[in-house]
Amino acid sequence: MKYALGPILYYWPKQKTEEFYQLASASSADIVYMGESVCSKRRAMRHNDWIAVARDLASKGKQVVLSSMALLEAPSELRNIEKLIDNGEFLVEANDVSAIEMLRQRKLPFIVGPAVNVYNADALNVLQRQGMQRWVMPVELSRDWLSKTLQDAQDLGIRDSFEVEVFAYGHLPLAYSARCFTARSENKTKDECETCCINYPHGRQVNSQDGQPLFVLNGIQTLSGEKYDLINDQASMRDLVDIVRLSPSGEESIEHLESFRRRNQEGQSNYPTPDTVNGYWHQIAGIHHSD
Amino acid sequence: MELLCPAGSLPALKTALKSGADSVYIGLKDDTNARHFAGLNFNDKRLIQAAELVRKQGKKLNLAINTFAHPGDAKQWYKAVDCAAANGIDAVIVADIAVLDYCAQHHPDLEVHLSVQASATNAQAVAYYQNNFGVSRVVLPRVLSIHQVKQIARSCPTMEFEVFAYGSLCIMAEGRCYLSSYLTGESPNTVGACSPASFVRWEEGPEGLESRLNKILIDRYAPNETTGYPTLCKGRFDVDGQVYHALEEPTSLNTLELIPELAEANIAAVKIEGRQRSPAYVQQVTQVWRQALDRYSADPSRYQVTDQWMAQLASISEGSQTTLGAYHKQWQ
Repeated sequence: MKYALGPILYYWPKQKTEEFYQLASASSADIVYMGESVCSKRRAMRHNDWIAVARDLASKGKQVVLSSMALLEAPSELRNIEKLIDNGEFLVEANDVSAIEMLRQRKLPFIVGPAVNVYNADALNVLQRQGMQRWVMPVELSRDWLSKTLQDAQDLGIRDSFEVEVFAYGHLPLAYSARCFTARSENKTKDECETCCINYPHGRQVNSQDGQPLFVLNGIQTLSGEKYDLINDQASMRDLVDIVRLSPSGEESIEHLESFRRRNQEGQSNYPTPDTVNGYWHQIAGIHHSD
Repeated sequence: MELLCPAGSLPALKTALKSGADSVYIGLKDDTNARHFAGLNFNDKRLIQAAELVRKQGKKLNLAINTFAHPGDAKQWYKAVDCAAANGIDAVIVADIAVLDYCAQHHPDLEVHLSVQASATNAQAVAYYQNNFGVSRVVLPRVLSIHQVKQIARSCPTMEFEVFAYGSLCIMAEGRCYLSSYLTGESPNTVGACSPASFVRWEEGPEGLESRLNKILIDRYAPNETTGYPTLCKGRFDVDGQVYHALEEPTSLNTLELIPELAEANIAAVKIEGRQRSPAYVQQVTQVWRQALDRYSADPSRYQVTDQWMAQLASISEGSQTTLGAYHKQWQ
């Protein structure tokens, strides 16, 4: 099993971001995804800053992947993606079909991110012909769904033409909107948001009126209220999953990556996972937990 | 501009035609379509009847096959496409790359519209579906501002565009929202339903009437408050001690006032949402939109939304309110 750090979904100041990647470079992570994948107004890290961090991590032996934005509306945003794709050094994770189209036309290999709707082997077949090397399964899908999909891929003769990655830790990216919910929570419009999401390094918690954590507001993105954690489900990933993704929330995510690896290698008893969920993997409501 | 109306049943389809629809869209009675609700939609026999009725009147019929094919069962989706092609359906509305590829390979002459569930929000995404699968029309998601709608239409002159004109307001990029499966295990992409009715409970609690979805509290109402269906993005939630509609109020999309701008942007069709609604709803909305479109084309420069249209629509809108949604920048 390989272990990957997903792109930071929150908006952090430049220094915090760079400090995080210093820790990441010293960690045992095999793959590091990076870049702004949520909102184009978040510009604390510019293109060249990302490339500098990427080079540093690559020099430490990490595979670096640049993640593209999921919801692209403006021509200026497409130009940013074009620049990302034309970086000339690093692989790109496409989180929208627009990026797939640009990569396909340039005959560049790519990774299909979790924000692209791929639900079956026939879709994987189309994408692998277009250059897909790795597929990150949509977060709402289960082990059962994955297993059937890969069986179909086997029957199509394409099972070995791509790697499979599963989002396994962190608040789940559940939805994208035109509306900025963080700005709304401060009675601001998106146009006058003052990128206030930088004040919420872990987003804003949304609870039901009787106190149950439901969601986390992260700009135009809505995340799950609870953390997803498949640390104790790794045995059921055997022969299905090549790469496990941890979505960063800070230093503890890097520590947790090491725990994932230990838990998998040593097969020790269950790691304590209070206040986390794993329902999607078990084909029940995402918010639920199955032992 | 074409007026495209929803029908969840044969009576609704007849009503739509009688009320002035140019075209109607329907779905099959299974999970191949994103309005998979009990008692709704068309079996093969009804579909053939519908196609005949529509053809006789010189109108068009589209079939929504707009969920994502399940592994091990993709044949069900392909069968739906075959059924459309065999029965003279004018266009299929598709979201899944696998189903789009099937259409292109097996029914190259069948007109294919890209469903809103495919979430094509920019010119390059449109190019992907046009270049790879020969899609001839794209239904634009409700996340774009009117300025962005015009921009896309301008940059893709060989593509037809359809926009949502009226109905339930999805505030997330369609096809990219898993809130429903997070709370219930069922989502639009996987089972064709959002906040499914089988999970809804109404309970009288000490603090008022409560709506719950899979036991999770979505909203709580004071005695004199209007209640609404607990679509999970329209509940009142607690953000750091403030209880409010954290995502969106219960309200419907209504773009009557944008007709001139949409027409000038060469939008091919305006779509009414609501295959799950009654024939009475279909009648009201279709009549108002027919009048508005006719009024506009008769004299574009003097087009104005009338109070009567608004009153008629308000009576059937969610929370009796309407909004321009993301088309209007301020909403975002």
